[in-house]
Amino acid sequence: MRPAAKADSPETVIEVTDLVTHYGPRQILNQINLSIAEREIMVIMGGSGSGKSTLLRHLLGIEQATSGTIRVLGREISTLSAAEMLELRKKMGVAFQGGALFSSMTVGENISLPLREHTKLGQVTMDIMTRLKLEVVGLAGFENLMPSELSGGMIKRAAFARAIVLDPKLLFCDEPSAGLDPVVASAIDDLILRLRDGLGMTIIVVTHELDSAFKIADRIAVLDKGEILKVGTVEEVRNSTNERIRNLLNRHFEDEPVDPDEYLRRLTGEA
Amino acid sequence: MGSHALGLVSRLVERLGRTTVRGVEEFGFAAALLGETAYWIGVGRWRRQPVRIGAVFEQMMEIGIRAIPVVSILSATVGAMLAIQGIDTLRTFGAESQVVIGIAIGVTREFAPMITGIVVAGRSGSALAARLGTMKINQEIDALTVMGIKPVRYLAAPALLAMVLMLPALTFWADAVTLLGAGLYVVADLGINLRAFFDQTLDVLVVGDLLHGLAKSLLFAIIVTIVGVVNGASVTGGAEGVGRMTTRAVVHSISAIVITDMVLAFLLTR
Repeated sequence: MRPAAKADSPETVIEVTDLVTHYGPRQILNQINLSIAEREIMVIMGGSGSGKSTLLRHLLGIEQATSGTIRVLGREISTLSAAEMLELRKKMGVAFQGGALFSSMTVGENISLPLREHTKLGQVTMDIMTRLKLEVVGLAGFENLMPSELSGGMIKRAAFARAIVLDPKLLFCDEPSAGLDPVVASAIDDLILRLRDGLGMTIIVVTHELDSAFKIADRIAVLDKGEILKVGTVEEVRNSTNERIRNLLNRHFEDEPVDPDEYLRRLTGEA
Repeated sequence: MGSHALGLVSRLVERLGRTTVRGVEEFGFAAALLGETAYWIGVGRWRRQPVRIGAVFEQMMEIGIRAIPVVSILSATVGAMLAIQGIDTLRTFGAESQVVIGIAIGVTREFAPMITGIVVAGRSGSALAARLGTMKINQEIDALTVMGIKPVRYLAAPALLAMVLMLPALTFWADAVTLLGAGLYVVADLGINLRAFFDQTLDVLVVGDLLHGLAKSLLFAIIVTIVGVVNGASVTGGAEGVGRMTTRAVVHSISAIVITDMVLAFLLTR
């Protein structure tokens, strides 16, 4: 195992305090507290419906919280003006679950889009930077293909290339290895480690894949039913005695205790 | 029995209320969207979020130029149809030579803008809704947002600009082709020459008639774009959702076009 959260750079880049969120009347996240240090790989782990994707959307500032604060790189995102938010967004890269590449553009155009929109670089410079990022993710020579011509693993790589094209301080990855075969998934994990080590990024990974989480994480935040059960190193999470964490690790479905009266009322439709 | 009927009524009222609230909500969303789109077209350049001219031209090509064949065919057909019915009706009074007046005014004020509006709603309003809907379910809209690119500025603004420029242009073209279609039938049936038909048409028409039609087409352009964007942006639930909202976009924009046309005809003609 690699050393956990770097002791020599303890600076906090993301600080979530008492975050509560709702989707319609339904509460999704309950009192989330989480801080992420510079240059660490933080894995937010949980099953489907745990609220991990919602937490990611809040960290990205594309969802409104009910209460609580989120500070990213020292700025509280709910108080930022549009121009300040734009500046912050240039320091954040996101690799979405399905890649979210624009299907009407080539791979190269996809990757250079942030450059075209946010910089005044010439076409030649942008082409070079695009090829550079494609080299980093191992997709050299694919810039003229359309996203529909790529395999699942290649789409993820291209999404990573687009996410890092502005050299962000923060990289967010949504389910990077979901839907990939084990070999390709493991290669994506290696890529994430290389990006942190080579480019010095702080990386936040949302995943339900245990193997991947244990391989790449410096620290893991275990999310279940909208609550953070534990934040700790891989070892700490592995050795946890908390029953809900053990169930998650052992892929054990947790039965909810049933109240007989409540059950009858549900069946008769009076609940 | 009484309580049962009461329950039914209260459920009906509740449904009516919900539908109304949702309708008002959607209308508000559409209005806000139109405002935001206009804002980015107006001031985007100074906020370092310009509307790309290239994207506007691409949309103009798709919305306008590629619609010319189908608009031409439909216009010519409707023109001939108007002439057939007009001559047949006026023949009962022995006044078939007066057909030109009805055709000239009817075509420029009503038929050309309406045909063009409906064709563009079917071709481009649906395409816009489908494209945005697919982008939404593929998280491409989220991807734009987190890249610091305003989706309204990047996706809706070029479409609106292109539509507002091309729909009146197409309508003007449809004016000419519909009149030609009508003229050819009149020439064949009444034995006058085409030159005489167009001379008479231009005598009857005033600039106001043309502007009446073009002003309506401008409004149709805004309706088709906003309805397309609202429906595309509201897609949920995968490919089936995209299909549902695309259909809804076409049905709503054609309905809105026809109703707006009637209201404007009433307001402007009387």
